[in-house]
Amino acid sequence: MGMGKLKARHILGIAHLGMEEISFILDTAVSMKEIMERPIKKVPPLRGKTIVNLFFEPSTRTKLSFELAAKRLSADTVSIAASTSSVVKGETLIDTARNIEAMRPDIIVIRHSMSGAPYMLSRHVGSAIINAGDGTNEHPSQALLDLMTVREHFGRIDGLKVTIIGDIAHSRVAHSDILAFTRMGASVTVCGPATMMPPEPGELGAKVCLDLKDAIRDADVVMALRIQKERLGRLSPFPSEREYADRFGISTAIEPYLKKDVIIMHPGPINRGVELSPEIADGINSVILKQVTNGVAVRMALYTLLLADLQEHG
Amino acid sequence: MDPAQDVDFVGDVLVHEDRIEHIASEIDVPPSTKIVELSGKWIVPGLVDMHVHLREPGEEYKETIETGTRAAAAGGFTSVACMPNTCPSNDNSGITRFIIDRAKDSGRCRVFPVAAITVGQDGKGLTEFGDLLSAGAVAFSDDGLPVQNPAVMRLALEYSLNFNALIISHSEELELSKEGCMNEGKMSTRLGLKGIPVAAEEIAIFRDICLAKLTGARLHIAHVSTAGSVEIIRNAKAQGVRVTAETAPHYFSLTEEAVAGYNTFAKMNPPLRTERDRRAIIEGLRDGTIDAIATDHAPHNSLEKECEFQLAANGIIGLETALPLALKVLVNEEGFAPVQVMRLMSSNPASILDIPGGGLRPSGIADITIIDPEEEFTFTRDTIHSKSYNSPFLGLVFRGRAISTLLGGMPVFDANGLFDIGY
Repeated sequence: MGMGKLKARHILGIAHLGMEEISFILDTAVSMKEIMERPIKKVPPLRGKTIVNLFFEPSTRTKLSFELAAKRLSADTVSIAASTSSVVKGETLIDTARNIEAMRPDIIVIRHSMSGAPYMLSRHVGSAIINAGDGTNEHPSQALLDLMTVREHFGRIDGLKVTIIGDIAHSRVAHSDILAFTRMGASVTVCGPATMMPPEPGELGAKVCLDLKDAIRDADVVMALRIQKERLGRLSPFPSEREYADRFGISTAIEPYLKKDVIIMHPGPINRGVELSPEIADGINSVILKQVTNGVAVRMALYTLLLADLQEHG
Repeated sequence: MDPAQDVDFVGDVLVHEDRIEHIASEIDVPPSTKIVELSGKWIVPGLVDMHVHLREPGEEYKETIETGTRAAAAGGFTSVACMPNTCPSNDNSGITRFIIDRAKDSGRCRVFPVAAITVGQDGKGLTEFGDLLSAGAVAFSDDGLPVQNPAVMRLALEYSLNFNALIISHSEELELSKEGCMNEGKMSTRLGLKGIPVAAEEIAIFRDICLAKLTGARLHIAHVSTAGSVEIIRNAKAQGVRVTAETAPHYFSLTEEAVAGYNTFAKMNPPLRTERDRRAIIEGLRDGTIDAIATDHAPHNSLEKECEFQLAANGIIGLETALPLALKVLVNEEGFAPVQVMRLMSSNPASILDIPGGGLRPSGIADITIIDPEEEFTFTRDTIHSKSYNSPFLGLVFRGRAISTLLGGMPVFDANGLFDIGY
């Protein structure tokens, strides 16, 4: 496949990736996507390599995406869900990881409920680490697939206007996306209840706009985030789904304020009728399913580039 | 230097057994007298740390009274006041007596127990203030936790009036700080961590000061960390409220930037704040709004620190870096007079707690610290006397430290063998 290598030894977050590295990953992902369009969706470059998925939080789509990406490249992959593991018996994260490392995986993909966990792990364990989502910090592979989807559609990222709507303060997807899109030259506006805006959005590079119509008016990309219904109740940052949908949901009612050629994105899973109406979610501007396809391609690219790096350095 | 008398001159100190006999610019002594040549060094009262955690009873794997007081002596402290959040808590005279006895047996400095305000530090029922004071407690605090219910805090302040006892408050509005693990601001946004807003401290300090005003009781605010808190305390003092305050060396030396890379060795409560707060703390020390420097020495084991940031325990050790940091930041960078720093670290805490110490006068106990303001030393794991090493200052080179500490005339720490004991 003639790939070069990444500077990074791990994929811990967009914060640690430069513009060139990101472009490189996206270019690699494009060639990976081509493999997925073939009738036989399997190539051998990672044959004999082992990838362990260590998921401390429930996940269907992300885990599946990481698993499929590994299998497409002929790697051996094993998934561990924390609730069935020794973590229930009180084993610390470092011990769990060290025990797995002792079985010599090449890559550990980790999703954890605490920000910084993959970073901490990378200091104690020798395998390459991919962050599949850590607390409210980052979800780099999601941001990369979002970049890929936008670039695919518009032919560029530079100069585009991106609006992200939702619980920005608690969304690792938003955090990674803001960093990724601004790094690649887009401008990012965030919108939602003020209770859900991060304390210092300027620190990440985003502008806050509390009015939905103003926020989406010139947007080329509108990304809606999942509202966590489980947060309703005590200390809920918003009073009801109804009010959220009314004020911040993208529906046909708000369509007149969208650019005609806007694309609608969502990391999934969607709360239909809350952040996106069914018409918008399934409409012609929606690229949500393309995001999912690109997700596998991006993850294939990450594996390939990380292991190419390891191969070179032994 | 004697901050109690506000004097700073070049001279001799004559010590006989456990007492200071004479202080003058020149003392003639009989030939049999042992002379320790200390030109260029500073002779100051033994330092007093009014806020340490010695972890005994119950958490001896992190620190014991022996190792903690050894660390204190190495830091130039001859007296420490230890907080009650041990296991079990120091909420009854039995534990108070235990701590005092252990300190007599194995301690390298004087230990003054602070007893809990509420039983089990549960914030509900008052402890037996009278009994605890008789057993040797010097003040009351639920440190580690605030007294969350203002009605209970009011009772505690009122009850303290019967004894003229001191209430030390860990002021924190728990509902605002819940789940936060560092300062809320730029750094927490960058790291994707839930933050603790400054309001969580300021609201609680204001509340406690209002209650002190209401009751007329004495109140001491522990570990002040924000600019807003300093202002609230300044105003309260101007109104005549009987409030004093302390801050820790890390609040005048570091900011939230120290947490970069999810560094659990920079995680403590209250958290490290912004540069603006750091500057306000320094000005508070300068103008007397903050009366004392207290380390909040909080030893933790790798079990509690080598883990996910949110799960890591709060606190850093501080006994052995307090004086070097005060010299580096306050004296060298900020131009504080050395005797003023000694006041913040000896006579003020001693008088707030109403314990002996913090002065150098004839017939006083010879608790003396010798400081070499020029001696360089590198703070590494090997040099640490504490049982734990959780400090963000590991690896730093300091200029200026305590080189000898005398407790009642006896050297309990003597880095360069000046007093012939060889520690």
